[in-house]
Amino acid sequence: MSVIEIEDLTKDFRVGFWRKRPVRALDQLSLSVERGEVFGFVGPNGAGKTTTLKLLMHLLHPTSGSARILGEPVDSVSVRSRIGYLPENPYFYDHLTAEEFLSYLGSLFGIRQPALRRKVSALLERVGLAESHNLQLRKFSKGMVQRIGVAQAIINDPEVVFLDEPMSGLDPLGRREVRDVIVSLKARGVTVFFSSHILPDVEVLCDRVAILNKGTLREVGALHEILKVRIEGHEIILVGPVLEMSDSLRPMCDELRLMGDRLHLRVQTSSQVEKILSYAVAHGAELLSVNPIRASLEDYFFSEVTHQSRLLVSD
Amino acid sequence: MRILTIARNTYRENIRDKILYNLILFGLLMTLSSVALGQLTLGHEDKVIVDLGLASMSVFGTLIAVFIGISLVYKELEKRTVYALLSKPVHRREFILGKYLGLLFTLLINVMIMTAGLWLTLLFHRGVGFDSYLRLLPAVYLIYLSLALTTALALVFSTFSTPALSALFTLFLWIIGHFNTDLLEFGKLTNSTPIRWVTTALYYALPNISNFTSLDSRSVIPHAGYYQPIDSRALGWISVYALLYAGVLLVIAITIFSRRDFK
Repeated sequence: MSVIEIEDLTKDFRVGFWRKRPVRALDQLSLSVERGEVFGFVGPNGAGKTTTLKLLMHLLHPTSGSARILGEPVDSVSVRSRIGYLPENPYFYDHLTAEEFLSYLGSLFGIRQPALRRKVSALLERVGLAESHNLQLRKFSKGMVQRIGVAQAIINDPEVVFLDEPMSGLDPLGRREVRDVIVSLKARGVTVFFSSHILPDVEVLCDRVAILNKGTLREVGALHEILKVRIEGHEIILVGPVLEMSDSLRPMCDELRLMGDRLHLRVQTSSQVEKILSYAVAHGAELLSVNPIRASLEDYFFSEVTHQSRLLVSD
Repeated sequence: MRILTIARNTYRENIRDKILYNLILFGLLMTLSSVALGQLTLGHEDKVIVDLGLASMSVFGTLIAVFIGISLVYKELEKRTVYALLSKPVHRREFILGKYLGLLFTLLINVMIMTAGLWLTLLFHRGVGFDSYLRLLPAVYLIYLSLALTTALALVFSTFSTPALSALFTLFLWIIGHFNTDLLEFGKLTNSTPIRWVTTALYYALPNISNFTSLDSRSVIPHAGYYQPIDSRALGWISVYALLYAGVLLVIAITIFSRRDFK
């Protein structure tokens, strides 16, 4: 059973002085997410990612369409006891300490003392904020706020977690910690639905990805399916007497770079690979590696987005 | 339970807000100043202390109800703390009711502090009998009811308007509410039926704040010729009025808040 089911979800915002002009932020989005998946939701600014997440959290009312989480409609209050949510650029209560804040939100799930106290301590430890448990949130750095945000999203041991830009504002160490949290959630069978601008993280973490642009779903599927058609060539790395060989090899490849004692060559076809390897080995070079050049999610994303932009301009 | 949890957190946020202490301090100072002003009244110091004390409780209590009330919902929306809260198993109506109860409790503490300040001021005067201290309580109770009503008003505006406009509308209605009866009398004096209808409709629609200021020193200090006994039945009806009116305002606030999109 899909844990998240979205069907023709559409959201128009009314703008203008009299709020009469509709602007479509999301256009008939349909997708589903299976249990235990880490599902990435990517798109440029204004694509509709946060709008989608807010519709799922019932912070926005849809113009049309529907969505269900764990089989229940998104406006059901009871389903929220089984999910967690981290909003984009979160901001929490200034005058509460980290411990008070988590206790407050934890008690809304009906978690009582002393279990609540133990849970809060464990959570603060897990997100690296144990030493700041008594610090008021207004004194937290952006990275610390993001981490307390992740903590409040998982305080109820949810079955599904929604994270809106969870790596936002984090240094590499913080990003690594959040990645580890996502990995540990996946290991426990929790479904994670997250949006991110940091595409390498999405590539590393996600089982499936949806690409959104200007409110419309462009592509959805497993990463290897989206990217498999885009092997763009091969990279060959040679060591040995490469300096003497470089002039001879240059006409056989598309790109050649000498980096220290290694020669990096980029070719498009298999026949080029064969030709270069024959020549190199015959002239005493040693083959270090031959790797396919696969388009990254970032490359695919940019090509999709710029292609759509060009289509709109030509229209 | 969730309503109480939100109420408890609202109270905690409120008591950590400096504006509350400033207003309470000003209220207490005004009560203390009545001792000096009372010297000008030649034998009626006790009446001045009670009237000024109740007036400062009403005014500063209203300012607290307005300034904290208008930001109850607005602050959560502006700072987006409402996103984390409403993603938990919390109905939007529980959120509104919890916020309201939290501020009511804050106001209760405030009223208790100001009443204690008034009692202490009367103690220094020494000419007041013990039963006058008890007769203060119905007057304080009425002021508290008016604060509960004002808070509900501020909450309604807070669900859809900015703090500046909310404060303006709330204070405007609070002031108009003191002249509600005059509005009705004005309508009766005119010969125009439409005007009479409009003034009658406004009389019932606008909050009748003058109901809550009907008890003053005349009911607390039994000087001969001035004593106005407390009518328990009237107190009961005013309580029902406050409960119903605040209830309607809360329903309006919940309805508006439930339909809001949090962009």
